[in-house]
Amino acid sequence: MSWGDPVVPDEEVLQKSLDWDLFRRLLRYLRPYRGRVILAIGLLLVLSGLAILGPYILKLAIDRSIANDSLDASLRVSMLLKFSAFYLCVLMLEFVTRYGQMILTTLVGQKVMYDLRMEIFSHLQKLSLTYFNRNPVGRLMTRVTGDVEVLNELFTSGVVQIFGDLFLLGGIVAAMMLLDVKLALVVFTVLPVIFIATGIFRRRVRDSYRDVRTRLAKLNAFLQESITGMTVIHLFGAEARSFDRFSFLNGDHRDAHLRTVFYYAVFFPVIEVIGAIATALIIWYGGRGVLSETLTFGALAAFLQYATHFFRPIRDLSEKYNVLQSAMASSERIFSLLDTEPRIVGPEKALPFQPFQNAIEFDNVSFAYRDEDWVLCDISLTVKKGERVALVGATGSGKTTMVNLLGRFYDVQKGAIRLDGIDLRDMDPHDLRRRMGTVLQDVFLFSGSVDRNIRLGDDTISREEMKEAARIANAHTFIERFSDGYEHELQERGSGLSTGEKQLLAFSRALVFNPEIFILDEATSNIDSETEHLIQEALERILVGRTSLVIAHRLSTIQNVDRIVVLHHGEIREMGTHQELLRQGGLYKRLYDLEIRSAVESTGTDG
Amino acid sequence: MRELLRLRPYLARYKGSFAIGIVHVFLTNVFTLISPLILMRAIDELRDGALTRPLWVYASIVVVLALIQGVFRFMMRKVMIGASRKIEFDLRNDLFSHLGSLSVAYFDRTRTGEIMARATNDLNAVRMFVGPAIMYVANTFFTLVIGLTLMLRLDWQLTLLALLPFPLLSLGVKMLGSRLHDLFQAIQEQYATITTHVQENITGIRVVKAFVREEEQIEGFRVLNREFIERNMSMVRLWGLFFPIMGLLTGIAMLIVMGFGGFRVVSGNLTLGGFVAFTSYLGMLTWPAIAIGWVINLIERGAASMKRISEILDEEPDITAPEIAEAPPIRGGLRLDDVSFAYNGEPVLEEIDLTVGEGETVAIVGAIGSGKSTLLRLVPRLYDVSRGEILIDGVPLRSLSLSHLRSAIGFVPQETFLFSMTVKENIRFGDPSLSDEQLEEICRLSRLTPDLDKFPEGWDTVVGERGVLLSGGQKQRIAIARALARNPRILILDDSLSSVDVNTEEAILVGLREYRRGRTTLIVSHRLSAVRDADRIVVLEEGRITERGIHRELIRNGGFYSRLYERQKLIRELEDLE
Ligand SMILES: Nc1ncnc2c1ncn2[C@@H]1O[C@H](COP(=O)(O)OP(=O)(O)OP(=O)(O)O)[C@@H](O)[C@H]1O
Ligand SMILES: Nc1ncnc2c1ncn2[C@@H]1O[C@H](COP(=O)(O)OP(=O)(O)OP(=O)(O)O)[C@@H](O)[C@H]1O
Ligand SMILES: [Mg+2]
Ligand SMILES: [Mg+2]
Repeated sequence: MSWGDPVVPDEEVLQKSLDWDLFRRLLRYLRPYRGRVILAIGLLLVLSGLAILGPYILKLAIDRSIANDSLDASLRVSMLLKFSAFYLCVLMLEFVTRYGQMILTTLVGQKVMYDLRMEIFSHLQKLSLTYFNRNPVGRLMTRVTGDVEVLNELFTSGVVQIFGDLFLLGGIVAAMMLLDVKLALVVFTVLPVIFIATGIFRRRVRDSYRDVRTRLAKLNAFLQESITGMTVIHLFGAEARSFDRFSFLNGDHRDAHLRTVFYYAVFFPVIEVIGAIATALIIWYGGRGVLSETLTFGALAAFLQYATHFFRPIRDLSEKYNVLQSAMASSERIFSLLDTEPRIVGPEKALPFQPFQNAIEFDNVSFAYRDEDWVLCDISLTVKKGERVALVGATGSGKTTMVNLLGRFYDVQKGAIRLDGIDLRDMDPHDLRRRMGTVLQDVFLFSGSVDRNIRLGDDTISREEMKEAARIANAHTFIERFSDGYEHELQERGSGLSTGEKQLLAFSRALVFNPEIFILDEATSNIDSETEHLIQEALERILVGRTSLVIAHRLSTIQNVDRIVVLHHGEIREMGTHQELLRQGGLYKRLYDLEIRSAVESTGTDG
Repeated sequence: MRELLRLRPYLARYKGSFAIGIVHVFLTNVFTLISPLILMRAIDELRDGALTRPLWVYASIVVVLALIQGVFRFMMRKVMIGASRKIEFDLRNDLFSHLGSLSVAYFDRTRTGEIMARATNDLNAVRMFVGPAIMYVANTFFTLVIGLTLMLRLDWQLTLLALLPFPLLSLGVKMLGSRLHDLFQAIQEQYATITTHVQENITGIRVVKAFVREEEQIEGFRVLNREFIERNMSMVRLWGLFFPIMGLLTGIAMLIVMGFGGFRVVSGNLTLGGFVAFTSYLGMLTWPAIAIGWVINLIERGAASMKRISEILDEEPDITAPEIAEAPPIRGGLRLDDVSFAYNGEPVLEEIDLTVGEGETVAIVGAIGSGKSTLLRLVPRLYDVSRGEILIDGVPLRSLSLSHLRSAIGFVPQETFLFSMTVKENIRFGDPSLSDEQLEEICRLSRLTPDLDKFPEGWDTVVGERGVLLSGGQKQRIAIARALARNPRILILDDSLSSVDVNTEEAILVGLREYRRGRTTLIVSHRLSAVRDADRIVVLEEGRITERGIHRELIRNGGFYSRLYERQKLIRELEDLE
């Protein structure tokens, strides 16, 4: 089958069972809310105390009143009333404490989630394109949303409840020991069995959860890609094929889940049986105690209650362990994102922003996207302020790459690019990019209004300026045709517009920021020549005094530039004005002749 | 809640599992609930000081009961939760295949993030309903019924009194339910919004960076994020009451047992063993009673989510076609007969009449937004005409099955979309059965060979999402190769050479000239080079055909085409002057 795996390289299935460093790092996010956390833990302590108190009151009630045949009935009843009243107080207190504790932990959890999400999202903005090229969109989205949601569970029902469970366990052990040491010890003989059972369970479940996660990631990546590429799937009649693939991944995911279902189905009854053994021990050993009058009936009843209370937290803890487990995996992935050093950063002390004065200089620049696959070799080129330079060359020759380097989306491996003599690497990349207005080869529009797509939410630009930019780019006419004009809402990636229209919007966007340096990468490739001509005329006026770098396959559009650079296989092959290059009779002339001939000299009619 | 009825067919498919599951729930409860009676016997005999059997017998009975109960419980979980995973699988498959049947128009207006949120988050909420929720409902039901029967037999007065708080409980549950539904829906919606924002930000990161809009993006995210938290909190404020109230009510039941039950023991109407058994029953009832709350939450979530999933499933595929198994092969003659088309009431094409003979090449030119791509999209029925008809070999498109129609068409869309697979897999997407020789031939035709030679991994180079790891022209040529791989009767090229240099363009055009022979071809281009030697050229202006003819005729027409031509010529004459 030709439909291979959606490529998800190195989906990190790093799995550490319980990494204290990770855990400590997670706890750090609680620090701003430490008051509330401490309060919540305090409330939990109170709650466990109250939970232990319940069976104890029962014991007192049985021993002092209910089963106390030595007292007369009315006295027993009045005592019973007192115990009941006391019990009611305990209940009320428990109610208030539990609600308070719940609200507190959720609030803290939500706040931590908020902080984390902000941190991840902000960090993402700093990472370089290399990172985004390597990581599928779906995966990065999972970091900001899904993984954080998992952590939420850890903070709200996990960490804090684990404290609660531990307190409760401790309390129960203590209470049992206080009631009757020997019986308590007899009951505790089941503990090793529990530890072994939960140990096995945890390991199994951990492994199958790991499978669940990786398979789910694959499944969703595939789904996402299928949705975005649905037109292509339709066009190529690949519905059935992609469904088969999806169904296969879906089945894999289901099977992984079925395994965890099995482990859980085994685990819960096992714990119950162990619980029953504890009850049996109480009946047997405790009953003997009652016979020999070393144990009261009240204590026996209390023991029975404690035993049931005892197994709940244990069961919960092993479930929590899984929450913890997936939270660890999620946090590991989140932290690895947060630990990815932004590779394109400014120096410690970035030089103050200065207007562009002199020249852009590529000095023996070599660059490879990967290892040693050189895409650009030894490029040297100086573009003076106010100069207009065109880059031409075959497809894949490295034109877009040069522009990428100029905006410092990647760093050069050899040589240097300098702006007014300053290495780009010594500049704040934001300052650098603010000087440039770029029309990217691949147009990207956001969903949202036309206005937002042009101004990109920058309110320092007036509406008039925006309209002016749209006019120059010839976008104004078609925008005005929408009933809601600039407020017209675009759909995802600007669908709802024709390709040319999208390109004009992207053009307006570059114009509106009024940059010192214009970079046009195939900015009019999908525009008809008439419109293109109009834009060109308008640009003539705008580009006066500005520096521009234009990439175009249609040579007719770049004849007026000051200099043309011909790239071939990542090297500069020719350089000069249109006339010079024609006279040289090299690559450029060949291309140019071809273009003129193919466009104008028709099959026999003309000239 | 009505939304959940939709799940009936899915549940029906596994009704065997659910039936078995429910029987096991019943049996589990029977054996669980017997054991307090053993306890009662033991305690009563202890109190009377007259053991009829040794204590170890009672103890072993408790263990044996637990073992039997354990087996049933295992089955119950395995069968019921297992079935829920299978239903999840079915539902997800159905969702996907339904998405596949929806037309491009649906995907135009629906955001990917919205669909993703439904296929992940919402689907999971529904799964929680089908599995755990149903299981716990059954469990609670049986525990209550069996438990109550046994308790009533022990002491009906105490039972009735102890149960007083429970009706209150269900009242509270009911009141919370509908409110929770709304709150939950609001949360899910906000989650989808956040997802969408993140997705757009990441896919558009180049633009964000190029225009230094990071701060603005972060601010936008902050607003959404804050709203998300607020919605969550308002849910929790209400929902947070639930467990404490449950705890309080069951606590009060316990209180009644202790107070009134104690009184009954003192007054000699209940044995001490019965009293202990009662406390034990209450302990067993507590969890199922609390589970009601949890289950309510699951049901509400499930219903809210099912509603959102149904929105997709209820979306009618607006492009439908008969399923015809046998059909004569398509030869490729095309006729557009008085075709008009509007996207959303906005007319884009009007009264188009166009005939393309079998094997003919027709070129379409026109200004941006004049409707060229729209016209091309009508041929493989990505959209349906609003008026008029398109016929292929004299047969209306609507009477052909979609797969038959589309299998005859090789379409190169104006905007390239590649899957994140290897180059080879992307080309083979056109036809999975392509042999390596054919592949090579196609690569040669689309001029990919020189680039492939340059790539260290050649054909097996991974192209990245949407092809981010390639240059613009490389992407476009892979899309061409993908279409050629279909060996189509009708080849449709929508401005498909816009990102390649003149040299490459020329080479591809020359190659295609041969390839086109005998195939019907539609070409849209802004460049004369690509359209010049078409059999016929059609000019579209504002959705209408304003000129048609061959190059030679049109350049003298004084219309759009001749202006186009003059512009090119002008350049050349300027050249000559210098
Ligand atoms: N992100 C990337 N990762 C790896 N390789 C890349 C990446 N982008 C481009 N390349 C490779 O680098 C080479 C140059 O690509 P570039 O985009 O600079 O070409 P171009 O001159 O702009 O071509 P076109 O005219 O087709 O747009 C190509 O072989 C391409 O496959
Ligand atoms: N999916 C859509 N929904 C609504 N309107 C659309 C959609 N696609 C295109 N349009 C509108 O229909 C008109 C024709 O668009 P079309 O894409 O057919 O133009 P085109 O001739 O191909 O232009 P270009 O040369 O720019 O590719 C345009 O005004 C465009 O805004
Ligand atoms: Mg490029
Ligand atoms: Mg188009």
